[in-house]
Amino acid sequence: MSIIFDHVTHKYEAGTTMEKPALKDINLVINDGEFIGLIGHTGSGKSTLIQHMNGLLKPTEGTVYVDGEDICGKGYSLKSLRSRVGLVFQYPEHQLFESSVLLDVEFGPKNMGLTQLEIQYRAFEALKSVGIGDDLIDASPFELSGGQKRRVAIAGVLAMKPKVLILDEPTAGLDPAGRDEILGLIRRIHEESGITVILVSHSMEDVANYVDRIIVMNDAKVVLEGPPKTVFANCDALESIGLSVPQVTRISADLKNLGLPVRPDSITIEEAADELAALYKRLH
Amino acid sequence: MIKTKDLSFDYIRRDEEGNVESITRALDEVNISVKPGDFVAVLGANGSGKSTFAKHLDAILMPTEGSVYVNGMPTTDEDKLLDIRRTAGMVFQNPDNQIIGTIVEDDVGFGPENLGIPTEEIWERVDKALDRVGMTKYRCDSPNKLSGGQKQRVAIAGIMAMKPKCIILDEPTAMLDPVGRREVIKTAKELNEKEGVTVILITHYMEEVIEADRVIVMDAGKVVLEGTPRQIFSRVEQLKSFRLDVPQVTALAFELNKRGIPLPPGILTVKEFEEEYIKALSALEGDA
Ligand SMILES: Nc1ncnc2c1ncn2[C@@H]1O[C@H](COP(=O)(O)OP(=O)(O)OP(=O)(O)O)[C@@H](O)[C@H]1O
Ligand SMILES: Nc1ncnc2c1ncn2[C@@H]1O[C@H](COP(=O)(O)OP(=O)(O)OP(=O)(O)O)[C@@H](O)[C@H]1O
Ligand SMILES: [Mg+2]
Ligand SMILES: [Mg+2]
Repeated sequence: MSIIFDHVTHKYEAGTTMEKPALKDINLVINDGEFIGLIGHTGSGKSTLIQHMNGLLKPTEGTVYVDGEDICGKGYSLKSLRSRVGLVFQYPEHQLFESSVLLDVEFGPKNMGLTQLEIQYRAFEALKSVGIGDDLIDASPFELSGGQKRRVAIAGVLAMKPKVLILDEPTAGLDPAGRDEILGLIRRIHEESGITVILVSHSMEDVANYVDRIIVMNDAKVVLEGPPKTVFANCDALESIGLSVPQVTRISADLKNLGLPVRPDSITIEEAADELAALYKRLH
Repeated sequence: MIKTKDLSFDYIRRDEEGNVESITRALDEVNISVKPGDFVAVLGANGSGKSTFAKHLDAILMPTEGSVYVNGMPTTDEDKLLDIRRTAGMVFQNPDNQIIGTIVEDDVGFGPENLGIPTEEIWERVDKALDRVGMTKYRCDSPNKLSGGQKQRVAIAGIMAMKPKCIILDEPTAMLDPVGRREVIKTAKELNEKEGVTVILITHYMEEVIEADRVIVMDAGKVVLEGTPRQIFSRVEQLKSFRLDVPQVTALAFELNKRGIPLPPGILTVKEFEEEYIKALSALEGDA
C-alpha cells in the first residue's frame, strides 16, 4: 500500500490559544513495500506523523492518501484501514488492556471477524514469533517486565497481518538481543510478505542496519530524506538537530579526514571492518 | 550508601480465590554494595530483575528473603520510610507512572513540596531542574500533552528537584534522541562528580555505561558479572550469552581483532579506537 502526504499540517488544539503546530506542510510519498526509517529529535512530530497514516489523527490542513484514496473522505472506512495499517504505539502500556496476554493479542484479529480457530492460530503464531513463551500467555500484561510488554504489544499488531506495519520506537526498552530479534523478525516479515514498514527510532545504528530510506524530521518538518548512506553523510547537520550518526560512520569519516584512504561512509560494523581490515592488509 | 544482603524476591501470582497460581523468583540472593559517590550501571536482559532490584532500593518492594539497607536504614523499617525515599530518588521506567501534576512546573515541584521545602526554594529548584533537562520552554504545558521523550525529561527533573543523595535511574533515556541521551548521562555524571550524588543507572544502551565507575550485570535474578566498563566490555562473547552487547566501537575493534589486526580488548570510545587503529597502522609502517 502506498501512502501520500499532500501539504499536511497538523495543529493540536487548533483554534484555541493553546494551538500548537506539530506538522508543518508535510509532503511525502511512501511507496508500496518500502522499509522506511523515521528519525527526529524528541518532540519533532514523528508520532504525530504516523498517527495520520491510520486515521487516528486528522490533518488540520492537507490530505493523506492511502492507495490513492483520501482517508478523510466521505464514506471511507477507518475501521478497515486500521486492520490494514497496523500501528505499534510508543508506550506498549497504551496498547495493552485485556486481562491476559493471549486475550490481548487476540483482540485485533477478533475485531476483523475471523473464525475463532484462525484468531487463536494467529495469536499463538505472533506470540511465538516475538519470543513470548507459553508460560506467560495467561499472565496479566501488567505483570510483565518492560521488555516483555513491548513484545506482547508487537504481537498484537502482527496478529492482524497488516499490509503496512508502523512501529513507534519498538526497540526502546528491549535488551540488545531482543532488539536484534525483533528487528530481524520485522525484516523477515518485510522480505517474505513485501509489506511496507515504517520504523520510528532513536537508534541510528538500528536505522543504518535495517532500512532502505530514512526520513528526517526537525521541528514539525521533514528536513532530509534519502538512503542511509546519504543521510548519515550529514554528520554535523544531524548533530545540530539532536541526532547523530552510528559510531562506525563517525570513525570512517574521521579517518578519511585524517588523510587515510578509506571510504568515509561506512554505516555498519561489517562495512567498516571490511574497509579498515583491507587498508591494514594493503599496508602489510 | 546502599547494601543488599542475600536479597531474594518472589512475585506471587494468585487466582481470584487467593490461591497461589505461580511464583516468579525475580531476585535470587543478590549481594551488592554501593559506596557514597559511586556511579554504578546495571545491565541485564529483559526480565532479569533490574527494575525489581531498583524498587527495593526505594522501599517500594520489600525483600522476600534477605535485607536492603539505604544509608544504614533497613528498608523494612516503616518509621524510616520517608527518610529512605528522601535519600534515594527513583526515576521509573515508564514516566507516565510518575507524572502527576497537571502542569509541568507543578509536577517538578511536587516532590520537594512533599519534603516540606520552603516555597521559594521549591521554585529555585524547579527552575534549575527544568533548565538542566532543557524543558524550561514547556514549564506551563500539560505533561500529558508532551511527546514521549519530553515526558521522560520532566520525570528526571522531578527527581533532581528533590536533591536526593542517591538517584536511581531506570532506563531514563529509553525514549530520548541521541543528543538528549548524551545530555541526560552528562547531567547524571555532573551530579555525581560535582555534587557527590550516588548514581545507579539501569540501561539497555551499552555506550551509556562507559561513564560508570562500575558495571553490574544481572541474569535471571542473579548478579553474574561485576567490574569496570573496560573489564566488562572485554568479554564480548560472554555478554552476548546474557543477551547483552558492547558499544559499536568495541564491537568493531573486536571484529578487526578477529581478522588479525592487533587492537587491545575493551576499547570504549571513538577517540580511543582511532588512536589505537592509527597506532596499529604506524607499527606496520615501522616494520616495513
Ligand atoms: N495531545 C497533544 N496535545 C498537544 N500537543 C501535543 C500532543 N501530543 C504531542 N504534542 C506536541 O506536539 C509535538 C510533536 O509531538 P510528537 O509526539 O509527534 O513528537 P515525537 O517526534 O514523536 O517525539 P518523541 O521522540 O519524544 O516521541 C511536541 O512538541 C508535543 O509536545
Ligand atoms: N508485578 C509483577 N507481577 C508478577 N511478576 C512480575 C511483576 N513485575 C515483574 N515480574 C516478573 O519478574 C521478573 C523480573 O522483572 P523486572 O521488571 O525486574 O525485569 P527487568 O530486568 O527490569 O526487565 P526490563 O529490562 O524488561 O525492564 C520478570 O520475569 C517479570 O515477568
Ligand atoms: Mg513519539
Ligand atoms: Mg525494568
